[in-house]
Amino acid sequence: MHAEEKMTLEKWPAAPEKQTLEGKNKFLGFWLFLGGETVLFASLFATYLALKDKVPSQEHALAEDLFEIPLAFLMTMLLLTSSLTSVYAMYHMKNFEFKKMQLWLGITVLLGLGFLGCEIYEFNHYVHEYHHTFTSSAFGSAFYTLVGFHGGHVVFGLSWIIILMARNAKRGLSLYNAPKFYLASLYWHFIDVVWVFIFSVVYLMGMVG
Amino acid sequence: MENNQTNTGNPSVDIVYRRKRNAEEMRHQVITFALMIFFTIVAFVAVGSGMSGWFTVPFILLLAAIQVVFQLYYFMHMSHKGHEAPALFLYSGLLVGLITILTFLTIVWW
Repeated sequence: MHAEEKMTLEKWPAAPEKQTLEGKNKFLGFWLFLGGETVLFASLFATYLALKDKVPSQEHALAEDLFEIPLAFLMTMLLLTSSLTSVYAMYHMKNFEFKKMQLWLGITVLLGLGFLGCEIYEFNHYVHEYHHTFTSSAFGSAFYTLVGFHGGHVVFGLSWIIILMARNAKRGLSLYNAPKFYLASLYWHFIDVVWVFIFSVVYLMGMVG
Repeated sequence: MENNQTNTGNPSVDIVYRRKRNAEEMRHQVITFALMIFFTIVAFVAVGSGMSGWFTVPFILLLAAIQVVFQLYYFMHMSHKGHEAPALFLYSGLLVGLITILTFLTIVWW
């Protein structure tokens, strides 16, 4: 089977993302990239933990003044649910149901946009209500670098999924695009993995004090 | 090729079997998701109830670790065959990352 072959339900393999050599290579390369991403985020977490609440004077807001449970909870639920919907999209991909896969990817994108909206509101709130900015303190720099880098990954992941959906809208599923969809969903899960640590280490531990 | 193991020579039989297996896996994914939501709520409640930090901090870190294992092994399919290299890459990254965090927490103290 080669990548451009016109696919039917009968011909669709059990693991379409790894059927071609290109698919196998992409799978391996992408996991290597995720290993590197783990190091990147760990170093940002290390910086944040070392500089947490390190502010130049007493009028600066600390972690326990800034963070609020309801917003952090809402953002966590949005991202966690979007992780499940992208699993659902890959379930339909394996069953060769292109329309359903596109639908669930679309729902994933909407949930991701909701998360992004909350984050923009949150940063705006901190800057205007608390004067907690990137340059106001070492704490501010470390916070916005860590959480902002994650937000940047969300933007990139959303753009990636939207472009994939649009480019392949009329093409249907093939062994050429199956690895692309699969890797985009892996990336989306990895974003959620990082968020699990952000809500635990930054938000929840920040509120504990 | 895992595809060959389920090949009976009759494509429509294979598809019925594979769809059934996929549906079963999807059901496990939904159970995993429900557990993750539950752990998240427990973590938020533990912090919201104002218990001592000596208990809540290790507790929420443990819940986070469990959630990440669920994500990696179920949502990202690391429990499937053919994920030896991904596991090597990810755990190498994690090892370097944890040493970095340990270093920063012990050397950069104020």
